[in-house]
Amino acid sequence: MSEFNLQCPLPISQHDTIQLGHGSGGKMMNDLIARLFLWAFENPYLNKRDDQAVVEINGVRLAVSTDSFVVDPIFFPGGDIGELAVYGTVNDVCMSGGRPLFLAASVILEEGFPLADLRRVVESMAAAARRTGVMIVTGDTKVVNKGKGDKIFINTTGIGVVEHPWQISAGLIRPGDLVLLSGSLGDHGIAILSRREGLAFETPVTSDTAPLHELVAAVVQAGGEAVHALRDPTRGGLAATLNEFAATAQVGIRIREDRIPLKPAVAGACEILGLDPLYVANEGKLVAVVAAARAQEVLRVMRAHPLGREAALIGEVVADRPGLVTMQTRLGSWRMVDMLVGEQLPRIC
Amino acid sequence: MKYLEEYRKPEIVRHLVQEIRAITTRPWMIMEVCGGQTHSILKNGIDQILPKEIELVHGPGCPVCVTPLEQIDKALAIARRPEVIFTSFGDMLRVPGSREDLFMVKSAGGDVRVVYSPLDAVQLARENPHRHVVFFAVGFETTAPNNAMAVWQAHREGLRNFSILVSHVLVPPAMKALLSSPRNRVQGYLAAGHVCTVMGWEEYEPIAAQYHVPIVVTGFEPVDILEGVLMTVRQLERGEARVENQYSRVVRREGNRPAQELIRKVFEIAPRKWRGIGEIPASGLRLRPEFRAYDAEVIFDLGELQVEEPAICISGLVLQGLKKPDECPAFGRQCTPQTPLGATMVSSEGACAAYFAYHRQRAEEVREGAEAGKAADA
Repeated sequence: MSEFNLQCPLPISQHDTIQLGHGSGGKMMNDLIARLFLWAFENPYLNKRDDQAVVEINGVRLAVSTDSFVVDPIFFPGGDIGELAVYGTVNDVCMSGGRPLFLAASVILEEGFPLADLRRVVESMAAAARRTGVMIVTGDTKVVNKGKGDKIFINTTGIGVVEHPWQISAGLIRPGDLVLLSGSLGDHGIAILSRREGLAFETPVTSDTAPLHELVAAVVQAGGEAVHALRDPTRGGLAATLNEFAATAQVGIRIREDRIPLKPAVAGACEILGLDPLYVANEGKLVAVVAAARAQEVLRVMRAHPLGREAALIGEVVADRPGLVTMQTRLGSWRMVDMLVGEQLPRIC
Repeated sequence: MKYLEEYRKPEIVRHLVQEIRAITTRPWMIMEVCGGQTHSILKNGIDQILPKEIELVHGPGCPVCVTPLEQIDKALAIARRPEVIFTSFGDMLRVPGSREDLFMVKSAGGDVRVVYSPLDAVQLARENPHRHVVFFAVGFETTAPNNAMAVWQAHREGLRNFSILVSHVLVPPAMKALLSSPRNRVQGYLAAGHVCTVMGWEEYEPIAAQYHVPIVVTGFEPVDILEGVLMTVRQLERGEARVENQYSRVVRREGNRPAQELIRKVFEIAPRKWRGIGEIPASGLRLRPEFRAYDAEVIFDLGELQVEEPAICISGLVLQGLKKPDECPAFGRQCTPQTPLGATMVSSEGACAAYFAYHRQRAEEVREGAEAGKAADA
């Protein structure tokens, strides 16, 4: 063997172009938002960094949120892009505790996209709107040349009304609060991945896509002002949501591995692919940070709802190490739960 | 998963830690060779529950980390070509070459795709007869049979638009190289379970004898790793140096003969450069002459590539078990997964990335303590 010759690659810290990781829900995306969008659009509503803004017009508090859906495949086990586009925005609106009322929908279609598939997507959007009690009141349709888009992209913007007097925002999280999770992690991400990559698991995993407006209404009614923050852990998973909470409120968050609900099939799939379920996307789950005095009551109410049957108290908010999320492992040791840089990539071996 | 849960049970873990504590009389340094084991150790906090006499150091067993820069630069050059569909496992996409990574080539229009198996790449070649599909064949003995199978199948079908960029490395020569170094501190090895699933452990026996080190073939779950440590410490305390198999539910002494046969049919042993370590004789695989038509390096004449590798981080020392990631002054400061100075910070199996993801907090405490100490001394 030759003399050890220490080598190292050059750092690549700057990107001149957009990378896939800029849309991953991880650090790259957060940096892009903070350094470009927040900087350019800076205002008190945006600075709160919630998934929706609550604005007041003539004494009426309105919750506004927007989201774009670019999922591949567009039909997946447990749902499709149409349903997702309605539930996703409805969920973001109601995480303020608001009641979603109206949606605007923009559809970007790729030349050659089958009309039968479009009909299926639109019918699914209509059914989802009926189920959540929202009306799709305006919209837009564009067609791009073949190859300039991927079948169908949908953007939805939602408006709801906040009827309770309380604020619900990540900035209100305080040490001593408890962290509740409404159900098992990773179902949506693994369902999409298994369909997209043609991976078959012993027990098929279906997406958890679901509207959370009723569950949120129940949580807010039970917790009142004790409910400090609500968020659905979509892209970036639970880890991204907790890191965003910790950074926004400048608190530490501690969770316990043995309390986190996980379906055996999802755990097995993550094991095979080398993925951590804490980072896998969900579309029908919520995280609630609640003052300790009311947390048990909120948990009871969550468990009484069909979408919160597996709800669990998974951790607590602490004053030390602001911005840091840590987890006690099943073995009793501690580790950090960091936000990923970009996409979670399946490992080699 | 039920099967896996048995290897994660806290009560079994506690019992094993007690046993290790009971037999340990002095400090021992044990290297886990595989990056998957490093990841599991840090993710589960196994290093926190071991007695302080047992120091686990991290070995060169991360295929992403040890793939030399030239190979990454070759991959980037090939992936940029318009006629090419460049396929790779996900891990490799973020590893920086001299100036960019595969994600950047992709964002600039290169057709770079993540696959879960080299056979998916062969399928892509079948479906795209007018494009050339290249698979980035990196990894240890674990991935070699699949890569050999991909070449074998393409050959059998007469596919002329498929090739692999080979960067295979072999574990036992690296273990020997580390033990031969005058700076070696490793007293026992936890050998990589997955590698031994393919190759068995016969080739480890001469290493254990020649260098008088216990080598325990070890799995990846907390119970596996602690059993591996216990078996190693037991040998060390008794002055023994044998190969033992902790991972007997998966690994046989002779390994997987058909897989080995397939590797031999398609590949031959060759010298290989390891990133951060240097060239190790007979430590890699290359395609046999009869399969050169599937060698991307032969198909795409890349000429001499100028690589740029300034020595500004300690990943080479980390890969050799001479330093721990948090001993690097750049760790968590200039060097993060977002701004990696070395491949060990990029790969999910890299030791630096594992420290960053799970134990950055501890590194900061250590550093704060050291700085406070310095201030007090001053």
